[in-house]
Amino acid sequence: MTASPPAVSYTYPGARRPERRRSVDSDGIGIAVYEWGDATATPLLLAHGGFDFAGTFDVFAPLLADAGYRVVSWDHRGHGDSDHAPLYSWHADLRDALAVLNSVTSAPIPMVGHSKGGAVLMQLCEARPHRVMRYVNIDGMPSRFRAPDVADHERSRMRDEEIASWLDRRLRSGELSRKPGDPDDLARRRGRMNPRLSFEWLRYLVEIGARQDPDGWRWKLDPIMRFGGFGPWRPDWYLGRLPGFPVPLLGILATVQEEMGWGTRKGDLEKHLPVAAELVEYEDAGHFVHIEHPHGVAELVADFLA
Amino acid sequence: MIHWLSHYKVRLALHELRPGDGCPLLLLHALAERSPAAVPEELGKWPGPVHALDFTGHGASSVPRGGGYTCELLLSDADHALAHLGEATVVGRGLGAYIALLLAGARHQHVRGAILRDGPGLAGGSALPGTPQILTADPFAVAPPDPLALVELSTDVRPPDYATAYVRQAVQLSELEIPIRVCASERPQWLRAVVEEPGVEQSTLADALVRYAEVT
Repeated sequence: MTASPPAVSYTYPGARRPERRRSVDSDGIGIAVYEWGDATATPLLLAHGGFDFAGTFDVFAPLLADAGYRVVSWDHRGHGDSDHAPLYSWHADLRDALAVLNSVTSAPIPMVGHSKGGAVLMQLCEARPHRVMRYVNIDGMPSRFRAPDVADHERSRMRDEEIASWLDRRLRSGELSRKPGDPDDLARRRGRMNPRLSFEWLRYLVEIGARQDPDGWRWKLDPIMRFGGFGPWRPDWYLGRLPGFPVPLLGILATVQEEMGWGTRKGDLEKHLPVAAELVEYEDAGHFVHIEHPHGVAELVADFLA
Repeated sequence: MIHWLSHYKVRLALHELRPGDGCPLLLLHALAERSPAAVPEELGKWPGPVHALDFTGHGASSVPRGGGYTCELLLSDADHALAHLGEATVVGRGLGAYIALLLAGARHQHVRGAILRDGPGLAGGSALPGTPQILTADPFAVAPPDPLALVELSTDVRPPDYATAYVRQAVQLSELEIPIRVCASERPQWLRAVVEEPGVEQSTLADALVRYAEVT
């Protein structure tokens, strides 16, 4: 079933809600899928980062659609309007991404991913290179540093209190709930994680990424999710595989480091890059490069994919 | 008797195999197994009560939609059982042995010794990630055990230094001189590293039970 997503009353210059919305089943988890652009155009898969949702592409995605693509994005499990899942993991996100891709086409298509979504799609490229034409990674290239929106990563020094804190939170999981507030409160709170984004943009996102409960508005993000975590993941695993990355790659890097960023630096990556790869450091841009500079990034992407 | 524990959206079955006083023995089953229906003969001499947990997606515990299994999630399953019991000596088979190790490091105040035994899922995937994969379940399999649990928990990466980080937490922070005893014969890379650590002893199951019974 395809339908338009609900309209929003708060507007933002250049923002356009998707033309179509549908749901994909991923082993029993309902994944909300959105599309911008001509339904018969070349599909382009677009993945958001951790703690975001597809609506955060409401300015960027229409620019790619206007460049001639059928842009397909989705809310990751536990994010936006996708189901809150009983369990979350990297492999589950990867399987969900494949379910969305399978719902679009079996032919190779271009893909673009931001942050954690960028890293998930990189692994999809490695596992299914025959399904990917070209790939753009927006500030989600492998880093030697921690990625705050990926739960199962290693901490440089695993700390007793950190593990206990994670376990304690899970023991209280039945009581967890996102804090309610009015839309302006929610926008201001999100501003702490996204300090370079304008209040007007964050306020626009509230009506998409939050819901109105009797006691106030709440972000839809599953309350079990939190920053950080621990697990056996190592950044050098990705860096070690990067020279063999199987499809043409454009990496766009932020130049202004901020809390949500991955701290990836061009110098750290260059020696690992495959031949068919380009790296662009975007001047005066934080982690949300495509939100700060939607036109410039869309142009880079369209030129690379052309 | 089953004690039902709520772990977010999953209902966990903690089986009370034998009531009693004293420090409980907590059994953690292997990959694709479920808790035994009665106290296994080889554990019968434990002086206290005996409980056994069905991990998420196994035995009488609920089978969640959509997979997403990690050993850290199962650590949290075991932690729910430990919180219910207060403290315990933990005996893990196979996958459950790896989880017992993680629990001994993460909850060193409440684990009165961890005993690591052979069983399915002891090795996990490997010490380093192999060829990138997208893990999907056998479409003809019937749960429980959850087919996604089988594929996700048999391919997970277990770096030796990740395992030894838990050993060191247990050794440095537990009151026990020997917080981990290894009775397994199989030696995946992570376990080879674990047995080399100070504070880890290789022993028979009978001896491990006697030693931990003495200090509880």
